[in-house]
Amino acid sequence: MDTGERASRTDAVRGAAWAAPAVLVTAAFFLLPLAVMALWSLWTRTAGGVDRTLTLANYARFFGESALVAALFNSLETAALVTVVSLVVGYPVAYALAFHVPARWQRLALVLAILPFWTSYVVRSYAWLLVLAPNGVVNQTLIGLGLTEGPVRIAYTMTATVLGFTHFFAMLVALTVYAGLKRINPRLLLAARDLGAGAVSTFLRVTLPLSVPAIATSAFLTFVLAIGDYITPQILGGNTSLVLPQAILFQIGRRGDVPMASAMSLVLMAVILVACLVALRATRTEPAR
Amino acid sequence: MMPRRLARALGWAAVLGGFYVFVYLPVAVLVLFSFQDGRLPVPPFNGPTLAWYGKVLGNGRLLEAAWNSVVVGVGSSMVATLLGFLAAYGLARHRVPGRRLIHAALVLPLTVSYLVIGLGLLVTFNAAGLPKSLLAVAIGHLVINLPLCFLVAAAQMGPAEARLEQAARDLGASEWQVLTRVALPLALPSLFAAFCLSFTLSWDEFVIAFLLTNFDVTLPVVIWSMLRTGLNPETNAAGTLVFAVSLLLVAGAELVLARRGRAAR
Repeated sequence: MDTGERASRTDAVRGAAWAAPAVLVTAAFFLLPLAVMALWSLWTRTAGGVDRTLTLANYARFFGESALVAALFNSLETAALVTVVSLVVGYPVAYALAFHVPARWQRLALVLAILPFWTSYVVRSYAWLLVLAPNGVVNQTLIGLGLTEGPVRIAYTMTATVLGFTHFFAMLVALTVYAGLKRINPRLLLAARDLGAGAVSTFLRVTLPLSVPAIATSAFLTFVLAIGDYITPQILGGNTSLVLPQAILFQIGRRGDVPMASAMSLVLMAVILVACLVALRATRTEPAR
Repeated sequence: MMPRRLARALGWAAVLGGFYVFVYLPVAVLVLFSFQDGRLPVPPFNGPTLAWYGKVLGNGRLLEAAWNSVVVGVGSSMVATLLGFLAAYGLARHRVPGRRLIHAALVLPLTVSYLVIGLGLLVTFNAAGLPKSLLAVAIGHLVINLPLCFLVAAAQMGPAEARLEQAARDLGASEWQVLTRVALPLALPSLFAAFCLSFTLSWDEFVIAFLLTNFDVTLPVVIWSMLRTGLNPETNAAGTLVFAVSLLLVAGAELVLARRGRAAR
């Protein structure tokens, strides 16, 4: 073995040694639990404990039981709706911040716009409950203005869940898209204007296409985080139309069916994985810049 | 008739103003009615009182949970920051075979929902005969924070830092000295920011803590159980205090990063 080879091997060993603790933690407390959960999902719960014969029974039951399939579709519907609404709300805000706020005020305006992002999940959902409750601010205002006779039922509906989610994710979209818009070379926009494009045409043919990566990133984050969340639908949506995370915790808490909960968690992971692949494709097939 | 430019400026101001109202509405309601002199945190506002804050600060269970949250948050965030930094340093500065794969594996937990991570740990700890505990929660928070700390540390391992480390080596520093006297001090501001971010996420995290604790619980779990009693100004007061702590941490991280940005320029 010559010295160069030996040196490169020492170098590799050193690098691996620095990375080893993090890799071990990830393997022991992330990868191993996923494997254990995958194994449990192939077992079944019996009256006295767990039957360890390997079977796909839990998955068959999941897709055969209409309430559970409904939970999956509720999750998909909620997450998709939240993604679209958050983009519609957050994008104009990012655009206004990037192009219509004087440069020296932009950072402050942005920080102010995303400050409530740091309220905790539980507290934020509770705060929306206060706003939307039958005797809360929104309903008392509506009644005070004479717009409705009695309180409108918003709390404990899917609308409340979507609203609570949108509050959080519109801030995420605003932040991500703002960063994307700031990366666009301003000369491109000037060139479009010089060549006779109006404001709308410049936006549709230059700004919007160039902000597609930021849109894709924020849409992906929103969808994945929203579909995996338990708290917002549990606090704001109530128990009428459960989403998948609620159904999973129900299996554990009420029924003590860990194998079924494991199988449902893997279904949830698979859905998120598909979303990842779609997002990757969406960002890759976009025209070269 | 209004000039078009003025109309357009007003339009954008309305977009921003509307958004500020939307994002601050729940926060404002939460904070305002934590001072409610009455038993319901809904309008009308009966006038300010600090009674609910007094009640929160006298609530032993809440204080104990807050302390548990601090311990879990500080512990898991310190370990996550340290391990994330070491891994970023090892992968950036040494030719480790398969480093792209290692990088991907370390970042992977970001794509998995907290619920699934918590459930996996619950099942695994059960199978291994380990009881639910704050340590289990801290491990769960380590798993969710390690990828972020790793990414933050990796982002600042630039060529400028590499040249300084090489200079130290040329001047005879040992690998250990390069790490502790050059690489670590250079990374310190980013690591502080990573620590603050981790602590904030741990401080607010509910579902993992909910799954992995029994009697000794963290703050979000106690606040969660307070919700069962319905709307209550005491919950408002507790929520306001939790939010204030998060804001202080974020502001701290922001200040350190901003100062560093200015120093770099």
